[in-house]
Amino acid sequence: MLQQREATRPFLSEAMSTRQQWVAIALAVVMTIWVLELVRRRKLREELAVVWFATALALLALAVNHDLLDWFRDLIGAAQGTSALFFGAIVFLMLLSLQFSIRLTKLAFQNKALAQRMVLLEEELQRARAQAGSSDPPSRPGSPPPPAA
Amino acid sequence: MAAVKTCIVIPACNEEGRLGVVLDAIRAQGIGADVIVVDDGSHDATRGEALARGATVLSHPFNLGYGSALHTGYLYARRHGYDRVVQMDADGQHDPVSIPDLLRALDAGADVVIGSRYRHPDPPATTLTRRLGSRFFAWIVTAWTGVPITDPTSGFQGLSRSALQEVAKDGFPEDYPDADVIIAHHLAGLRLAEVPVRMHPRLGGVSMHRGGRIAFYAYKMLLTLCLLRVRRRAPFRRGSEIPVPHAP
Repeated sequence: MLQQREATRPFLSEAMSTRQQWVAIALAVVMTIWVLELVRRRKLREELAVVWFATALALLALAVNHDLLDWFRDLIGAAQGTSALFFGAIVFLMLLSLQFSIRLTKLAFQNKALAQRMVLLEEELQRARAQAGSSDPPSRPGSPPPPAA
Repeated sequence: MAAVKTCIVIPACNEEGRLGVVLDAIRAQGIGADVIVVDDGSHDATRGEALARGATVLSHPFNLGYGSALHTGYLYARRHGYDRVVQMDADGQHDPVSIPDLLRALDAGADVVIGSRYRHPDPPATTLTRRLGSRFFAWIVTAWTGVPITDPTSGFQGLSRSALQEVAKDGFPEDYPDADVIIAHHLAGLRLAEVPVRMHPRLGGVSMHRGGRIAFYAYKMLLTLCLLRVRRRAPFRRGSEIPVPHAP
């Protein structure tokens, strides 16, 4: 078993080839710049940007520090450093998807609560207008006007 | 003694041509209840049909789902101090002739009265899938609550003021408020009852329980029932307040 493990060791000293290393570093740098630009344009919220900065940082650390990548590779039992990186990326994407699902659930809840609150207040507004003797406009575009009293 | 305030909540989505028939039938009963139609994002003349018959109409800006439409009706009823609520569908399935039976059961002390088509001597024809599903969930509800319930998917129900307080809280199902809600009522200490009601085949439109939705319904209901005792009610805010906390 140990011998089998040792047989894969040649990859240890070069968990990633130099080209792979540079690609990973470039990816991390591009990702950081892109995220910064999105925050600058206010297309990405700061708290979500943290996740992407952390990802870029992790990618950079693994690309630059072979020992760290070897440690991670051994930890998950991967044969090659690139496999370890892919595994990490997949886990990260899964967690990110879950986080987005939670946010969607929260947004749907807030959306519903807002719509309900709006509907109740709208009805009160119409009632107040009717009592004040003013006309009662349709509540939303496209809805048929109320019948004449 | 103050008069008992009663309202009838009717969720409606694209029920043009059917809602008017239902509202006319309710009026013919002379129940003396206010009618609240919750227009759940209809694209047709549902809203106009309800307004033309003097109903109070609450129009969702977009479709929120059957359960959410009911919930909006409950919130309105709470906000306006109603003592009893009858909920029924807008597609003509629920015969308003049975509304007095629901109200009598509420007056007799029940908090939640379920109108059962299967207890009626002349039940409407239903599909085998629906019948089997209904029996399965009826068995679960009966075993859990100890109250013999035959029609847990019935949307024809009466609610007391205590029940209204419960259903107006956060966490009311957005799509299918059926067996899970009945059991939640029981867990909240509300008294359940079931009375025979007359139901008819729908006058038109499409059922919520169709095609692949039946499988989703079964999955969703079973998951909800498994988590019923441990599930948080209001995960996104403190307490479980209704969206409009200050009644006028």
